[in-house]
Amino acid sequence: MDLQTLWFAAVAVLWTGFLLLEGFDFGVAALLPVLGRQRADRHLMLRTIGPVWDGNEVWLITAAGAVFAAFPGWYATWLPALYLPFVLVLLGLIVRAVAFEWRHSSHDPRWDATWTRVITGGSLVAAAGVGAALGATTLGLPIDGDGTRVGGAFAGLGWASVLGAAAVLGFSLVHGALFLALKTDGPLRLRARAFALRWSPVAALPLLAWAGLVQLRSGTAVTAVLWLVAALAVVVTWTRVRLDREGQAFAGWATVLLASAATLFGSAFPVVVPSTIDPAFDVTIAQASVSDYTLTVMTWVAAVGLPVVLAYQAWTYWVFRRRLTAEPEHETRVAA
Amino acid sequence: MDVLDIARWQFGITTVYHFLMVPLTIGLGILVAVMHTQWVRTGKPEYLRMTRFWGRVYLVNFVLGVATGLVQEFQFGLAWSEYSRFVGDVFGSLLAMEALLAFFLESTFLGLWIFGWGRIPKKLHLAALWAAVIGSIVSAYFIIAANSWMQHPVGVTVGDDGRPQQVDFLAVLTNNTALAAFSHAIVAALMVAGALLVGIGLYQLRKRKLAGRPDTDVDHTVWRRSVRLGGFVSLAAFVLVAVTGDWQGKLMYQQQPLKMSSAEALCETEAPAPFSIFAWGKLGSNECDEVHSYTVPGLLSFLAHSDFSTAVPGVNELQEEYSEVYGATYPDDPSFGDRAGQPIDYTPVLAVTYWSFRLMIGMGAVSAGVAAYALWSTRRGRVPTSRIGVYGSLLAVGAPFVANATGWVFTEMGRQPFVVYPNPDVPVGEQVYFFTAQAVSPGVTAAEVWTSLISLGLLYGALAVVELFLLVRLVRRGVTTGDTSPTPPAVGGSRRDDDEDPRPGDDRADDDVLSFAY
Ligand code: HDD
Ligand code: HEM
Ligand code: HEM
Repeated sequence: MDLQTLWFAAVAVLWTGFLLLEGFDFGVAALLPVLGRQRADRHLMLRTIGPVWDGNEVWLITAAGAVFAAFPGWYATWLPALYLPFVLVLLGLIVRAVAFEWRHSSHDPRWDATWTRVITGGSLVAAAGVGAALGATTLGLPIDGDGTRVGGAFAGLGWASVLGAAAVLGFSLVHGALFLALKTDGPLRLRARAFALRWSPVAALPLLAWAGLVQLRSGTAVTAVLWLVAALAVVVTWTRVRLDREGQAFAGWATVLLASAATLFGSAFPVVVPSTIDPAFDVTIAQASVSDYTLTVMTWVAAVGLPVVLAYQAWTYWVFRRRLTAEPEHETRVAA
Repeated sequence: MDVLDIARWQFGITTVYHFLMVPLTIGLGILVAVMHTQWVRTGKPEYLRMTRFWGRVYLVNFVLGVATGLVQEFQFGLAWSEYSRFVGDVFGSLLAMEALLAFFLESTFLGLWIFGWGRIPKKLHLAALWAAVIGSIVSAYFIIAANSWMQHPVGVTVGDDGRPQQVDFLAVLTNNTALAAFSHAIVAALMVAGALLVGIGLYQLRKRKLAGRPDTDVDHTVWRRSVRLGGFVSLAAFVLVAVTGDWQGKLMYQQQPLKMSSAEALCETEAPAPFSIFAWGKLGSNECDEVHSYTVPGLLSFLAHSDFSTAVPGVNELQEEYSEVYGATYPDDPSFGDRAGQPIDYTPVLAVTYWSFRLMIGMGAVSAGVAAYALWSTRRGRVPTSRIGVYGSLLAVGAPFVANATGWVFTEMGRQPFVVYPNPDVPVGEQVYFFTAQAVSPGVTAAEVWTSLISLGLLYGALAVVELFLLVRLVRRGVTTGDTSPTPPAVGGSRRDDDEDPRPGDDRADDDVLSFAY
């Protein structure tokens, strides 16, 4: 495998890792008003993602950084073409980050409720925005031969962005519910399980549709099999939730994402930004990439750095592996 | 304004804003880690309380640093896509390495520190904080290496496409500009943290004394130690800031002579060259000859060359030299937009370079003066009650923030009109350089950049208000009940019995869970 292909794979892994990890904290945040009936539930939900959301977000920064580092031509075409959606993502992520920290700085229930809503809103906007941007980039942007967007501010947005946004939102919602089922106990755990049971088949549809479309356009036999794996994993997840096997259900749903993402990136390869104006303007990895020297340097750094990162991130998940339950004395005091 | 101007304002505003949090994160992170280490080593209660109180300030600030840093990461692509394409072979890899090697370390281990109180072994918990702090320092190193490469591009040749092609990654990492700027920025960050400890510590000491509270209890020690630590750190850091700044100045004379001559409003080449203390006349007109100033003879020669006599080239001569080498007008090429064919002004905005350089040094000196006052007025157990002294010190917490911001404004605006400055050690034909006018994203509309500038501006403004409100409240409250125990307290009415003016409905008690356990 040449270095450009290797880095295409690395970028794919980073984006998928981001969706897999941040997906559940997006999902938990989005479910706050749905599953968090009482303040105590919402606190409990937030505690499940408290120690990890920032580390998860760094996957996005690293994914974007890796696109810039390995394929500046992709970075410089993609971001300005979708200027407003990306700005929206940033706004969502900013308010969400500060809300996590600020919400418990006062005991006024309104203060807490306001910031909790900000967490939900910011997460929804960010998840939808990332989905829209990814959707548009796999299904095409109106770019000319210089990689410059043709048309106004909204020229890059279309049904493909809507599909991508729905896919990421749908995936995240069920992913968050399954995470809660795995990490909490008591009534919340049951509600989360019920949510996953009811919604997982529906929530998977946009993701499967998106991956299927890209597969139909440019896929191979291998990606077709991957797509089938994704579809099968939805069924497996659903049956596992029904049997109350939360761990297996979580793994099943993660497989839905992994297989879909593999279908998407595998089918798109070697094009990183297809042009809707003329296929001759498609940006490919060869055009977008940096020199082999730089790729070699980065390969060494990543080969040493990435395993270490994975090891300590896995270790923190292990440290906080305990199931969480509401702390009754805390809540009675607040209620009183 | 055209896209270029709006994008520049946006970059300047968001970066300076980001850099209000950054030095506090770096500096205070180091000091909190030292306090925590002292607690683990000695077990003394004051160190635990210091760690908890300052740790809380650190975290409130940290999260805003994270939130605003995100914008920075994407901004190069959004508004500066031509820049990103041009520098891609060098610049992106440094950003990616920063994320991989530093941000993961910071965010993961900080999460462990926040939630780890009483849950993981003491020493491991301390190590988690150190890991996060080291992450911040590593992050500063990589990002400054990226910035310094724009100031002084090394380790590259001109590729077939006219863009820089990396040939020596180690040269990029050991760029002398980067080593100087990194060490300067780290000690400048310590000045910020030192000033904060001094200002808040003095305020709390005075308040306690006026309220007639004993100077024998633990909390007194907490604030006293904070003032002493902050004072010593500030003074030592000021010395180091001057040493590393002098190093930067000498490099600048070789690498970007126009920046330093502009900073001095030195129009004509002079030997020995004087250092300007205060300038008047038409600095704003950018007509160098209209400027007059009070000067210290020979000092500029010393800053540039370590002796008091060597000639320092003036702005007029340099402007001519640059026009000859890099062209008097921008090439008639569509990539320059409206500026194609227009004359190039190689002199940065004189008023900005001149005053930002002086503000940086001046505000640092103010901060050092305050630190000296704090150490003097708290000698041998004294507590100052002077309103002016104490409130002045509290106000002066802002001084090193201003110094940091103006330092960057100087660095960044002083390199105009280049975004990547030609490296004078390389023969002209083999230099890589890039004008700011070429760097902006071509397809993006002014309306889009306005939208992001306005929405980010409004949001940042609102965040600043909340942040200040929270910090002020945190500072007023001082050490709380939870800070006396290393585990999150059993919540439910554990108000300290020695509390001052307990108010009805006091919400201190479970405030302590705050920030340390969600
Ligand atoms: C001298 C140091 C320094 C400088 C010049 C910058 N930063 Fe920064 N940055 C930090 C030092 C730092 C830090 C101390 O490491 C921060 C501050 C708070 C934090 O969480 O980490 C950080 C946070 C931070 C984050 C969030 C990390 C996270 O989620 O944990 C990003 C993406 C960036 N920065 C990116 C940038 C970019 C692209 C810059 C260039 C314009 C930049 N920073 C200037
Ligand atoms: C955090 C500290 C920094 C501050 C406060 C800062 C400040 C500024 C300011 C004020 C401008 C606008 C100058 C103008 O009017 O043109 C600017 C521009 C810019 N800076 Fe920085 N900067 C910082 C760090 C960096 C770093 C670390 C990089 C690169 C990694 C960088 C890259 C740029 C770029 C690409 C521009 C836009 C081009 C330009 O207008 O010159 N800056 N910065
Ligand atoms: C005491 C004498 C000082 C000297 C001689 C000095 C010198 C310099 C010089 C020459 C630069 C520009 C580097 C360049 O453009 O390449 C610079 C930048 C800067 N200065 Fe200072 N400085 C001093 C004090 C301070 C203080 C007190 C602070 C903050 C507390 C500070 C913070 C900064 C920052 C953040 C930058 C921009 C980033 C960098 O290049 O490191 N400086 N300084």
